[in-house]
Amino acid sequence: MARRKSARLMDDAAFATALRRIAHEILENKIGTQELAIVGIRTRGVPIAERLAGAIEEISGTRPQVGILDINLYRDDLSLIADHPVLRKTEIPFDVDATGLVLVDDVLFTGRTIRAALDALMDLGRPAWVQLAVLVDRGHREVPIKADYVGKNIPTSREQRVDVRIQETDGRDEVVVVDGTSGEPER
Amino acid sequence: MRLRSSHLLGIDGMEPDEISLILETAEGFAEIGTREIKKVPTLRGKTVINFFVENSTRTRSSFELAEKRLSADALNFSASTSSFSKGETLLDTLQNLEAMSPDFIVMRHSQPGAPHFLARHANCSIVNAGDGAHEHPTQALLDAYTIRQSKGGFDGLKVTILGDILNSRVARSNVYLLTTMGAQVTVCGPPTLLPFAIERLGCRVTHEIDKALAGADVVMCLRIQRERMESGAFPSLREYAALFGVNARRFELAEKDAIVMHPGPMNRGVEITSDVADGERSVILDQVTNGVAVRMAVLYLLTGETSEAAA
Repeated sequence: MARRKSARLMDDAAFATALRRIAHEILENKIGTQELAIVGIRTRGVPIAERLAGAIEEISGTRPQVGILDINLYRDDLSLIADHPVLRKTEIPFDVDATGLVLVDDVLFTGRTIRAALDALMDLGRPAWVQLAVLVDRGHREVPIKADYVGKNIPTSREQRVDVRIQETDGRDEVVVVDGTSGEPER
Repeated sequence: MRLRSSHLLGIDGMEPDEISLILETAEGFAEIGTREIKKVPTLRGKTVINFFVENSTRTRSSFELAEKRLSADALNFSASTSSFSKGETLLDTLQNLEAMSPDFIVMRHSQPGAPHFLARHANCSIVNAGDGAHEHPTQALLDAYTIRQSKGGFDGLKVTILGDILNSRVARSNVYLLTTMGAQVTVCGPPTLLPFAIERLGCRVTHEIDKALAGADVVMCLRIQRERMESGAFPSLREYAALFGVNARRFELAEKDAIVMHPGPMNRGVEITSDVADGERSVILDQVTNGVAVRMAVLYLLTGETSEAAA
């Protein structure tokens, strides 16, 4: 079997630069005087959210609170998939009401995960506003959703796979695009 | 990872990884019970029939709440309003229920094996909510969830189950589950209320409560039904309480951080005294709270399986 072609498009330095830039942009765009909080979508949105909170703290001196969102109960394809992803706890340690939230995920693809995340957030309360930050936008949206902050735009074909690896979960920081996989498509 | 069967009929035959999956999934659902809006859209459009041929208030309410919190449509069908009184067979009733295309039938029946029988004929998922003195899997799962919550795990844990083991489906499901997960289970009760050869299920048997309680990490009291006294299993409630009831003095024999459990409804002063039932180490009401989360997890996990069968 031929080895699939893959390309490394971001390394740890690119990661850090992107997150620092997004942190600056978030502070610049911050709407109103509301409390700011970062919400990471499980699984890889969580360490990215933590780092983003760290980057914001370095710039502004205040660390925003960080919450964790599990969107599995809000997915639109639950009755289509046999192997349910393991449900984990949603942990939002602050009051969502009237808070400005930045939702964080690793890859923005069809947009369906974000649709589910928005529904999940609204069930927890009424945030003042919600923005979206992603490390990679790979295109191919199926619902009208757009990110407010993008680490890197990576045009891909549908058959390609985007692997985001993060120090905390995978031992290193990198974004790799792998060609023509027949495996499960990214969400 | 998913459950191997599209039904939940009993704990007997379940693998440790399946039990762990249900308990871990239930943790995610427990959080929903603490929200202001205690509802998620997960089972929207799914129909659940709660088919209770034997009376039940708390199990049925717990299932109903779990179904509603998952946005499923729940229909209650109980013995008094059913056509059993008119002589319909169980299979005919099932076929009539299935003609309404439910996704789940949650059933309680006084005959052991009734849900297993229906599962062989049903197209939807069957969840056993208690079949005679056989099994009550969701009760054992919620007990296990509650134990894990305060003890962290099961390996080597000493669990004592006290009372009417003979007539208790809760005891049987718990013995299956806890021994599968590596706990050391001791059952204790009067000889007339212990089933023959129960030790073959892998538990220790004793008729002396002090021995049963010594060093226990978890003490589970079962309800004593007054009808049993009339059938001659023991002479009087007072004598039962004196010989097998858990009181504060006896509970001291258990580990310092032991917890006490009861599936309810309790007979205060018979199998358990109020000072123990309401004491700091009682997790009896946590069991009720956890029951909803565990049942949500079961319904959620069984949904995935049904769709696979269809694919």
